[in-house]
Amino acid sequence: MKAVLKLGFLAALAVITVGLGTLAGARAAGPSTILNVSFDPTRELYNDYNAAFAKYWKAKSGQSVSVQQSNAGSGKQARAVIDGLQADVVTLALAYDIDAIAKTAKLLPDNWQSRLPDNSTPYTSTIVFLVHKGNPKKIHDWNDLVKPGTSVIMPNPKTSGGARWNFLAAWAYALKRPGGNDASAHDFVSRLYKNVPVLDSGARGATTTFVERGIGDVLVGWESDALLAVRDLGPDKFQIVVPSISILAEPPVAVVDKVVDAKGTRAVAEAYVRYLYSPQGQDIIARHFFRPRLPAVAKKYASTFANVKLVTVDQVFGGWQKAQATFFADGAVFDQIYQPGQ
Amino acid sequence: MALALRQRSILPGFGLTLGFSVLYLSLIVLIPLSVTFWKASTLGWGSFWHIVTAARAIASYEVTFGCSLVAAVVNLFFGVLTAWVLVRYTFPLKRLFDSLVDLPFALPTAVAGIALTSIYAPNGWLGRPLLALGVHAAYTRLGIVIALTFIGLPFVVRTVQPVLEDLDSELEEAAASLGAGRWQTFGRVLLPTILPAALTGFALAFARAVGEYGSVIFIAGNMPMRTEITPLLIVTKLEQYDYAGATAIAVAMLVVSFAMLLAINLLQKWSGSRLGREELEVLPIG
Repeated sequence: MKAVLKLGFLAALAVITVGLGTLAGARAAGPSTILNVSFDPTRELYNDYNAAFAKYWKAKSGQSVSVQQSNAGSGKQARAVIDGLQADVVTLALAYDIDAIAKTAKLLPDNWQSRLPDNSTPYTSTIVFLVHKGNPKKIHDWNDLVKPGTSVIMPNPKTSGGARWNFLAAWAYALKRPGGNDASAHDFVSRLYKNVPVLDSGARGATTTFVERGIGDVLVGWESDALLAVRDLGPDKFQIVVPSISILAEPPVAVVDKVVDAKGTRAVAEAYVRYLYSPQGQDIIARHFFRPRLPAVAKKYASTFANVKLVTVDQVFGGWQKAQATFFADGAVFDQIYQPGQ
Repeated sequence: MALALRQRSILPGFGLTLGFSVLYLSLIVLIPLSVTFWKASTLGWGSFWHIVTAARAIASYEVTFGCSLVAAVVNLFFGVLTAWVLVRYTFPLKRLFDSLVDLPFALPTAVAGIALTSIYAPNGWLGRPLLALGVHAAYTRLGIVIALTFIGLPFVVRTVQPVLEDLDSELEEAAASLGAGRWQTFGRVLLPTILPAALTGFALAFARAVGEYGSVIFIAGNMPMRTEITPLLIVTKLEQYDYAGATAIAVAMLVVSFAMLLAINLLQKWSGSRLGREELEVLPIG
């Protein structure tokens, strides 16, 4: 019953947020405030980037800008924007979530992804494994994860954008094996999820379960999060294992047209996403363990990122809309794994 | 009719206060809830039924209502016991213990969830010794019961406590002097008096547990069919932009919760009226 009340409160909260947002928009004449609604692992990246952008924008246009930052699960963030959160810019985990904003709330055009270079993804990442120091379970590739007795920590793909990349990477591995087909991939992924003892709702939650609670032999997740964990918690505790094949995760960015036009922040919001592609922006991105697009920056940070064969969602799965319908919709492949009798 | 209503009470201001109460309840409770029903009704009966009776949904009802019931029963027993100790005995730091009871109310549920999980996880203070005994606490249904017991603790204590405080110990002395044994005194004098309050506390603890989300998701493990609670299923559907599906499950949950609360209320009323009758029987003799 409380959950339902919570829904009511959320709705009320959304209304209030919209109201406040409109007021704030009306007042913003001189210094500008924009809101970037992002997913979980970009917290540190955008903290740095927002400061750098404010300096750049002040020098370029003379206008002071303050960037407010919101981080949470990608799907949750998209829903908040659909429900009225006044985001000038969305930077989410996968294109499907921004598609949802375009389709459900019509806040930006359907062709949003073609408006910026590289499919509107100024940085990429991939899915890697994090294991305990010394790799006691000898985990080297995806097929080591389905062995009986191996405990794998991954979040729930129904609620986590990162987990959907995990799922698709595992599927792509099974598909590309000799003799691999949809049936063998289905079987492989089912066995993989049988080894998952805890399904957290988000990527950061799964990292906590693995790192703090000591559950599981291997954590499957964002490369950026894994590199961060090794740097912050010490290479004496954890190490990264790069599988033979993984997926090119492309987290896209977009300006939310309806919001920036209402607030009059289009110029600054567009500059904000464009600056991500500049050498300065790309350098900040690489320092926070996301893979940069610019070859010069990529070369500079080449030692940070492992060389791994990457497939894309478009190549293997025919785009996000199709992947979502095939694998993650209600009653689709992921749900079938948990149906009784499987 | 209006005249008849007005004549029923000698207190002034009936119309004003009733109007205010109805408006208040509508704004706070009825409007959000009716939006839920309205949104679910966009589905049509067939697909509504399909969603709320899916195997995974049914399994989640079992987890949510089963664990909530177990937690509420635990709280009923230990809550009455705690209330008894706090009312009837004096001991050092009693005030401190008394205020500790309310902490689960004040603590953000996410904090409670994270704290409980780190204690009961296999590498936690209590999780490690429990695991040595072969008991898996965190990430099982037991973990869910632990979290729900924690957040429901204050309800029974705080409803039973004032009743016990008002209860004259002379009643027990009278029972004893009339030859009643200790168990008889407890069963025929004390229990009937505190039962309605204890049942209210039980109902509150149960209702709170059914709706609990924040603390449970950390300790539950969230495995579909095994440790997935219904509120999580609702959030999962929302994350997929399936608003209608989410409200369908919410409506199912609401109907079941309402039916169970109604049943507990009736039980409470019945035990209350039984108490009234017993008082009549007992008092003239005493």
